[in-house]
Amino acid sequence: MSTLDIILQQFANGLILGSFYAMVALGYTMVYGIIKLLNFAHGDLYMVGGFVGFLILSAISGLLGESWTTIVCSMVLSMLAVGLLGVIIQRVAYRPMLKAPRLSILITALAVSMILSNGVMTITDGEYLAFNTDLGYEGLDFGNVFISYTQLALVISASLLMVILYFFVNKTLYGKAMRAIAIDQDACKLMGINVNQIIALTFFIGSSLAAAAGVMAGVYYGSLHFSMGFVIGLKAFTAAVIGGIGSIRGAMLGGLLLGLLEAFGTQLPFIGSEWKDVFSFGLLILLLILKPTGILGKTEIERM
Amino acid sequence: MTPSSDTSVITDGMNWLQHQHNRMIVLMVMAAVAMEIPLVANNYILEVLTNAWFYTILCLGLNIVVGYAGLLDLGYAAFFAVGAYTTGILTSQFGINFWLTIPAAVFCSMVAGIIIGGPTLRLRSDYLAIVTLGFGEIVRIIARNLEITGGASGLIGIERPTFFGIELSQGIHFYYVFLLLAIAACFVSYRLQHSRLGRAWQYVREDEDAAEAMGINRVGVKLYAYVIGAMFGGVAGSFFAVKMTAISPETFTFAQSVLILLGVVLGGMGKIPGVIVGAFALVLFPEVFRGFGSMRMLIFALSCSSSCSTDLRASGPGTKHEG
Repeated sequence: MSTLDIILQQFANGLILGSFYAMVALGYTMVYGIIKLLNFAHGDLYMVGGFVGFLILSAISGLLGESWTTIVCSMVLSMLAVGLLGVIIQRVAYRPMLKAPRLSILITALAVSMILSNGVMTITDGEYLAFNTDLGYEGLDFGNVFISYTQLALVISASLLMVILYFFVNKTLYGKAMRAIAIDQDACKLMGINVNQIIALTFFIGSSLAAAAGVMAGVYYGSLHFSMGFVIGLKAFTAAVIGGIGSIRGAMLGGLLLGLLEAFGTQLPFIGSEWKDVFSFGLLILLLILKPTGILGKTEIERM
Repeated sequence: MTPSSDTSVITDGMNWLQHQHNRMIVLMVMAAVAMEIPLVANNYILEVLTNAWFYTILCLGLNIVVGYAGLLDLGYAAFFAVGAYTTGILTSQFGINFWLTIPAAVFCSMVAGIIIGGPTLRLRSDYLAIVTLGFGEIVRIIARNLEITGGASGLIGIERPTFFGIELSQGIHFYYVFLLLAIAACFVSYRLQHSRLGRAWQYVREDEDAAEAMGINRVGVKLYAYVIGAMFGGVAGSFFAVKMTAISPETFTFAQSVLILLGVVLGGMGKIPGVIVGAFALVLFPEVFRGFGSMRMLIFALSCSSSCSTDLRASGPGTKHEG
C-alpha cells in the first residue's frame, strides 16, 4: 500500500470512529450545556442502547428477516427505550440533586453509571454477546482503499441524525427553549418556559443519540460487552471538550477530529495501537490545561 | 424500653463523646480490641479484616482530597499503583531491601501527584474529575505495556520483607502491619484536619473566592491535599505489593478508584470515623453478600447511591457552592 492509500484508508476509519464519538459527545455536551452536569452515566447509556438494540433485533428478526429494515427498526426502538431511561434517570437521580453541591451530583452520576453497568453485567453474566447482522462484506473498492456498505451506512445515518438534531436545536421552539435555559434558567421560568420538561427533553435526545451510537457500534464491531460504555464515555467527553463543551457544533467537530487523530495516531512509528487510549487521554489532559474552552467554546470568565 | 428513652441514651452517649479524653478512651478500647482479634479469629476473618484495614488507609488518603479539600479524584488507584509498582520493581529487579523502597514509593507517588495536580488544579471541579479519570487509565495502560512493569501479567515473586529477623509472611503479620498503618493514617489525618492547612482546606472547600480573599493560596493548598493523598496511596501500595507478592495492572482499574471513593462517601466525607466505617462496609458487604454472586456489586451500588442521595440531600442547600 502506498502512503496515500494508507492516509485514505485511515481517513475512512477515522470518520467512522469519529461519528460514534460525535454522537455520544452530543449527549454530554447538551446535558452539560443545560444543567452543567457531567453525566458519567452517559457512556453506560450507549452500552445499554447496544444491548436493547440487540434484544429488539433478535425479537423482530424472525418477523422481518435479517435486513437493513430490521436494523433500522431496532435502532429506532432502542433510541426510544433508552431515551425514556435517560428521562427516568434524570427524574429520579438528578433532579432532586440540582441544588446540592457540585460534588454530590457528580457522585450520584457515578453511582448511576455503576448501577447501569453492573445491572447489565448481572443480566448478561459478564459475557460477550455476538451481534449477528449478516450484512456481508461488500463495499466500495478504490484500489487499495476499501469501504464496506455497512461503514458507509453508519456514517450516513450518523450524519443524518446529527443534521436533524442541529435543525431541531436551532430552528424549533423547543430548541430555542433549550438554548435559553443554558443561558439563564431563572429568566426562563419567568418567561413561562417549563424548565423541567425541557431538561427532560434534553436528556431524552442525548440518551437516544447515545443509544443509536450503541446499536451502530454493535452492528459495526459485531459484539457487545457491559464494559464498552466506559472507554467511549471518556473518549466522547474528550471529544466534547475538544470542540468546546456546551457547543453542539463543537461536539460534532470534536468527535470527528478525535476519531481522525486516533486513526492517524496509531500509524505513527512509535505509537502502536496499544497506546491509542494513552494518546487520546493525554490529548484531553493537554487540551484542558492549554485551552479548556475548546475550539468552538465560548470564553467565559469562570468563578472556580 | 420506649423509643424516647432509647434516643436519650444515644444523645447522652453523644454528649459524653464530645469530650476529648472520653473519645480517647473509646479509641484506646477499640484499638485494644482490634489488637486482640487475631487471638480468636480464623484465617478467613483475619484476611478479610486485613483487607478492611488496607482499604481504611486508602480511603483515609482519598478522604484528604475529596473530604477535606472537596476535589473529586476518580483516579486514586493510580497513586496506589505507582507505590505498588515502585516497590515491586525495586525489590524484584534491583534487589533493594523492602524498607528502603518505601521512601522511594512515597517520593514517586508524590511526583505523580504533582505532575497531575499541578497543572489541573486550576481547572473547575468537574474537569478535574475527568482529568484524574484519564490519568488513572493512562497509568494502568502504561503499566500494561512497559517491559519493566511486567506487561499485562504484571510482576510476580516480590520478596516478603523481614522485620528484625522475622519474615513477614503469615496473615497475622500483615494484619498487624496494616492495623498499625491504619492507626498511623488516622493519627496523621486527625492532626492534618486540625492544622492550619486542614482549616485552609475546609475554607477552600466551602468558598474558594472567600478563602482566596483571606490570603489562602488556593492552588497551593489544593496541591498539598493532592500530594498528601497521593502519599497515603503510595505507602498503602508499597505494603500491598509485598503482601500479595504479585501485582498486575488489572488491580488498578477505574473500578478500584470508584470503590475507594465509595468507601469515603458511604461513611461520610471528611469524618475519620465515617471513613473507617465506609472502608469496612466496602470490604464486608461483598463478603456478606457473596451468595448473591455477580449481583452483589449491583446491590452495593444501589445501596450506595440511595445512601449518598438521601445523605447529601439533607446537607444540600445550606452548603451550596457553585463549582
